[in-house]
Amino acid sequence: MNNAISQGFLDALRLIIQFDPALYEIVFLSLKVTVSAVLIASAIGLPLGAWLAVNRFRMRRYAIAVLNAMMGLPPVVVGLFVYMMLSRSGPLGGFGLLFSPTAMVIAQVIIVTPLIASIAHQTLRELWAEYHDLLISMNATRHQRILALIWDGRRALLTAMLAGFGRAIGEVGAIIIVGGNIEHVTRVLTTAIALETAKGNFAFAMGLGLVLIGLAVLVNLGIHIIGRTERASRW
Amino acid sequence: MVARAPAILPLRLTDAVARVRGKTLVGPVSLTLGASGLTMVIGPNGAGKTTLLRLMHGLERCRGGAVEWAVARDIARRHQAFVFQAPIMMRRRVLDSLAYPLRLTGVGRAQARAAARASAGRFGLNDLLDSWAPMLSGGEKQKLALARALICDPQVLFLDEPCANLDGRATREFEALLTQEAAQGRRIVMSTHDMGQARRLASEVLFLLGGKIHERAPAEAFFAGPETPEARAFLNGDIVE
Repeated sequence: MNNAISQGFLDALRLIIQFDPALYEIVFLSLKVTVSAVLIASAIGLPLGAWLAVNRFRMRRYAIAVLNAMMGLPPVVVGLFVYMMLSRSGPLGGFGLLFSPTAMVIAQVIIVTPLIASIAHQTLRELWAEYHDLLISMNATRHQRILALIWDGRRALLTAMLAGFGRAIGEVGAIIIVGGNIEHVTRVLTTAIALETAKGNFAFAMGLGLVLIGLAVLVNLGIHIIGRTERASRW
Repeated sequence: MVARAPAILPLRLTDAVARVRGKTLVGPVSLTLGASGLTMVIGPNGAGKTTLLRLMHGLERCRGGAVEWAVARDIARRHQAFVFQAPIMMRRRVLDSLAYPLRLTGVGRAQARAAARASAGRFGLNDLLDSWAPMLSGGEKQKLALARALICDPQVLFLDEPCANLDGRATREFEALLTQEAAQGRRIVMSTHDMGQARRLASEVLFLLGGKIHERAPAEAFFAGPETPEARAFLNGDIVE
């Protein structure tokens, strides 16, 4: 097995350097599915987190508890649920989306949205405690309050999005069910690793794994550099 | 400056009460605030100075009696501003912080920034426009808070112990700005625990004790000789309960 690990390193290097088209196809699809899912989940989760931070209503505590619980949704169950919704006989079967990248995006959005919303809520709640009196005093409408929180808390919200990215890019249980791991269509890094491992190609699987980890690190670094976090100012 | 909005003053409080978690902090209080002057709210710690200002401004809910402006509440809300004891700095540049209240009223970004730029000079903020607002010094923050409160040209300006955390020089600059505003006819209602400041700025004094108005008098008369023994003791520096 030790041999497989070192061989995995070599395989990974070889695949990357040789611009292996199969590898790049898989990496590209992984990024496409995950980035789409994170962007859609952020469009839902960030305003939802802000909305929960700003509003006081009777069921608020329960809503937040449910949201936090949904962070732990088992991906396999989400995959099963989406599968049943999209399958030919399911309520959304008419769209013919099963075993397509779109189906994978749908499953990942369901998995990642609660995570992004919950982290966004945590950080924006603190910002709201700080801004509360000022924004009320300045007569900001509910909508304006949410926008101000999201805009001024954008650096912290990037972290929420990155957490979502991390969860989605490494996710396999749901997308292998709804995507089917079809070569050239729905095969992504994680499903390919599962397949190669099952086939006993440990070195190749290991190579793909290293590419996956490298990808996650690169995206995080890139976002931090673009977002200029951890620089002179505290946020 | 836009066409003058309908006058929101006088402000009338009728047996107004403010409660926080079942505890009555202010009231019942009845008073009328006329159209001009600088009303200084003084009193010992815990007398309810901050809560009274917040109640008038609408930050504290009126739990009994009434707080009424000359116009409807939502119109009155648009023509008043509040400066907090600890300035609340948005995580933005000074220029955008200053422009923000205008943006809230629907002014476009370029126009709001131009207005912010134009008003910054008076408050000594010209060189700081590109600075990150939370990184300013205490005095600069409070001047930004004042500039921000005034940018929409409010008819009434509330200030809650605005100089409590400022050094002498910053306090002097801040008071000079307030004096200018008062001279231009801006209605100011502020609280302070600094009797020197009260003497320097006030045209009228509200002496608060135990959440109620204990004495109200023109500043000159009040500082020459308060009518109530408690106010006299307070001015003498005694501990008043």
